[in-house]
Amino acid sequence: MAKVVARTGNEAMAEAMRQINPDVVAAYPITPATEIVMIFAKYVADGLVDTNYVAVESEHSAMSACVGAAAAGARVMTGTSSQGLALMYEILPIAAALRLPIVLSDVNRALSGPINIHCDHSDTMAARDFGWLQIFSENSQEAYDGLIQAVRIAEDPRVHLPAMVTTDGFIISHCLDKIELLEDSEVKEFIGPERKAPNSLLNLEKPVSIGLLDLQDYYFEHRLPVAEAMRGAKKVILEVADEFAKKFGRKYGLCEAYKLEDAEHVVVALGSTCGTAKVVVDELRSKGVRAGLLKIRVFRPFPGEEIAAALAKAKTVAVLDRSDSWSAQGGQVFTEVRSVMFDLPVKPKIINFIYGLGGREIDQGQIRQVYDCLQKVEKQPLVQYLGVRE
Amino acid sequence: MSLGKYIQAFPEYGAERMGAPVASFNRISAEPIRVHCSISEPDLVIVLDPTLMGKVDVIAGLDKNGAIIINTTETAAAVRQTLKLQGAKVYTVDASGISRATIGREIPNTPMLAALVKVSGLFDFETMLKDTEGKLKKKFISKPEVVKGNLDAMRRAYSEVKGE
Amino acid sequence: MNGKPGWRELAEGDVVPAGTAEQFETGDWRTERPTWHPERCIQCLLCWISCPDSAIVVKDQKMTGFNYHHCKGCGICAKECPVKPEKAITMGPER
Ligand code: SF4
Ligand code: SF4
Repeated sequence: MAKVVARTGNEAMAEAMRQINPDVVAAYPITPATEIVMIFAKYVADGLVDTNYVAVESEHSAMSACVGAAAAGARVMTGTSSQGLALMYEILPIAAALRLPIVLSDVNRALSGPINIHCDHSDTMAARDFGWLQIFSENSQEAYDGLIQAVRIAEDPRVHLPAMVTTDGFIISHCLDKIELLEDSEVKEFIGPERKAPNSLLNLEKPVSIGLLDLQDYYFEHRLPVAEAMRGAKKVILEVADEFAKKFGRKYGLCEAYKLEDAEHVVVALGSTCGTAKVVVDELRSKGVRAGLLKIRVFRPFPGEEIAAALAKAKTVAVLDRSDSWSAQGGQVFTEVRSVMFDLPVKPKIINFIYGLGGREIDQGQIRQVYDCLQKVEKQPLVQYLGVRE
Repeated sequence: MSLGKYIQAFPEYGAERMGAPVASFNRISAEPIRVHCSISEPDLVIVLDPTLMGKVDVIAGLDKNGAIIINTTETAAAVRQTLKLQGAKVYTVDASGISRATIGREIPNTPMLAALVKVSGLFDFETMLKDTEGKLKKKFISKPEVVKGNLDAMRRAYSEVKGE
Repeated sequence: MNGKPGWRELAEGDVVPAGTAEQFETGDWRTERPTWHPERCIQCLLCWISCPDSAIVVKDQKMTGFNYHHCKGCGICAKECPVKPEKAITMGPER
């Protein structure tokens, strides 16, 4: 039976890792993800897991060790944030190309500089094209459930791709929240006792070479399957979510539609901001405004068709980006959402707000302001910064 | 939470140095809590370190029907004057003094918690005491005197908190 | 590019059976051919250490000649052979 406890996002992630009991964890602590690694290292020291914990000297080494261990056939996890993820960037696409289902918990934090430890999505967004699945969490519960599901999804033979599950730095990672934990046995049964790797560097019966030089004549053919697996992952994510809902009662999808059916004014967002936005939607609805929210939970694979379908009936749409793409036509989420809406027969008017960089507060007032802008959308610029001092 | 409520608690982190002033936010609700932003209009403010008054605007956004509880030896009336506070209720309790006397160190946290229970009326005090006792027992398994000290501190604070 | 497998036909994840270099004939790259002169050879095995294609055939810890299936004729073995004044490996034209 489910156990209700109070956990911060980091504690929830570490708890999920304990229950997953991976074969190998190679990690290097970094604020605000430090506790995930710290708590897990304690589990290792206390003998609560069978994990081989590799203490490394940097995130570059951490991800390299993860790749090696996963290529050997192990179930592998790690955790990091911001600059730490950035130091892994060199290795992240290799994990994807080698089709290694490593699962990483990333605590979203701004990229330096200036030096900052607080939340935004720049770290994850800069990694969006590395062939990793990306699952954002609105709260600790979603982070916990997401991490457990990610193992199943990543290891599914139709996917075989690495996955990162994220929480918003401090806002979720350090926020004590009420969550429901599964039993250890339930997690074990859900993810299966061990990873079934098609190849192993340690299998002397069937020796293989992994990660070879590919030139003009093969590289392209080896990249395409990653894209194909990523597209196919959508189906697997939904299947795994379905099974999870049947067993444990909590429903997840690629996106979450909140009061969208008859919504005229829709906000699209990721992560913890969605919780705050839901409260604003309720408040506006009670005043007669047909407001709605589309939460994108899975950013990779990108649920393009699903987003277009969900937004098809809206009059106006505001996409909230917690990262900037500098001179592009808005933030990363906006450019992709706007692109899938281009083919809609009747296009809603769509605008972009870039907000919350470096942990800048986003509260109900600001989200109300976004819905206000949607109600007089004709006067709005395509892209604007929300909550910045002029 | 063990008393059937939904909770949310999160600190505001700056440069993390021991001893630096910190703010921390808590929400208690009968419904699931979905908002994820700081609290700018609190119903209740708790000041653990009275030397912050005057340096930090501790009454910013405080609801007129809200309350502020301060760990101090001064009276509520004196504090109200210092803060130039109109409306809202002011409560004081010498949590530092109580904790020195009962726990042996200046840790005003548990007595302030007791004061909060009294002022807010959100929970039954005896249930709260039992719950805290359970939690402390787990943490201080080899130091029963710490558990007792904390519980004594809570009982004293509960009866000594005064307000206007 | 024609005649090579399409992306659906490749094994997943840039993985191939190990040791396939064995089957690959680099011998046909050769324009110069090494010859071994056993009477001058002092069995130091420097040629074996230096050969980039593992084409020096060693049996019972002794240099015994070349594997011409793999020898690409680079001449490193001849260059490294320490015997003087005439080396125990010499390069000549490939017939
Ligand atoms: S010529 Fe080059 S490839 Fe051939 S045996 Fe000598 S070192 Fe090896
Ligand atoms: S390097 Fe020359 S002397 Fe040494 S083993 Fe080879 S052929 Fe013989």
